[in-house]
Amino acid sequence: MTKTDPSGSDKTSVRSEWPLWEIFIRGQHGLNHRHVGSLHAPDAETAIRNARDVYTRRNEGVSIWAVDARDIAASSPSEKGPLYDPAQSKVYRHPTFFDIPDEAGPM
Amino acid sequence: MNAALFEFLCRMGDNTLVLGHRVSEWCGHAPVLEEDIALANTALDLIGQTQMWLGLAGEVEGQGRSADDLAYLRDAWDFRCLLLVEQPNGDFGQTIMRQFLFDALHELQLNELRASKDDRIAGIAEKSAKEVAYHLERSSETVIALGDGTEESHRRMQAALDVLWPYAGEAFLDDESDRALAETGIAVLPSTLGAAYGARVREVMAEATLQLPEGTFAHSGGRTGARHSEHLGHMLAQMQWLQRAYPGAVW
Repeated sequence: MTKTDPSGSDKTSVRSEWPLWEIFIRGQHGLNHRHVGSLHAPDAETAIRNARDVYTRRNEGVSIWAVDARDIAASSPSEKGPLYDPAQSKVYRHPTFFDIPDEAGPM
Repeated sequence: MNAALFEFLCRMGDNTLVLGHRVSEWCGHAPVLEEDIALANTALDLIGQTQMWLGLAGEVEGQGRSADDLAYLRDAWDFRCLLLVEQPNGDFGQTIMRQFLFDALHELQLNELRASKDDRIAGIAEKSAKEVAYHLERSSETVIALGDGTEESHRRMQAALDVLWPYAGEAFLDDESDRALAETGIAVLPSTLGAAYGARVREVMAEATLQLPEGTFAHSGGRTGARHSEHLGHMLAQMQWLQRAYPGAVW
């Protein structure tokens, strides 16, 4: 999304004035909220209403979180090597050797 | 009694049909993507409600007409929608103001109709009321945000209110068929909703820093079919031309 009006006029677009919100939706009770996408809205309440219209039309959710995208701290892609490579080929870190009983529910 | 019931069901179904079509005209044109989707959702809710109201109307009439027949094959003078809902979209502010003025009425109506002695009507009202509660939340919050927003948004919302307010009063004028249905507990007498409606609208307008126009003049003739505005015919030409040109065409 460009921040400046391509026409070059000093009239800023509505888009550049509304902050970006990251939307998380919990599909059913017992599951985690999952990131579903983002949208623009002037405030948190409107972000939730917009999320309801944009992301829950097909009965997807029981709970919506909207997080101001500016509040998200993210790792940098350039640090990928040092952050993740050491975990490779350490198969013993993956708990794939256990059978999970059905009654345990989603893990 | 059947004639009064048919009249009532057409009034409910034509309001949702005509407003649903009007709102759908925004699809792909709204100022931002989020509003575009929200407006399309509202339009779809209203068209869904239309299928229930006009479906029942055809059943009550007993002449084999379906909801589609009533929607696509009647002429403007047979429509029973309020003048408010047939008014053109104007700018986004006018669309949202029209939506709020209708939603506030619609929510009051449906809440009363949930207690209708006719189970079929109570059922449709019950199902619609949840959708309409959300429509009302969205439209009132948007009216407040834009009314109490920038100088330009305030000016546009005030202009929209000035244009549309004289169309709001028609909903509360009773006639013979209203009285017949109210006496038997099937529907609510429109005039009894007027006070609650006025209070709700004044509350939202105060928060939106908008002034209700003075005077009590109300345009009428929509819900009786006596005198629709010129806009309805143009809208129906757009909405109905395919079924008129290719009768019975299906997907």
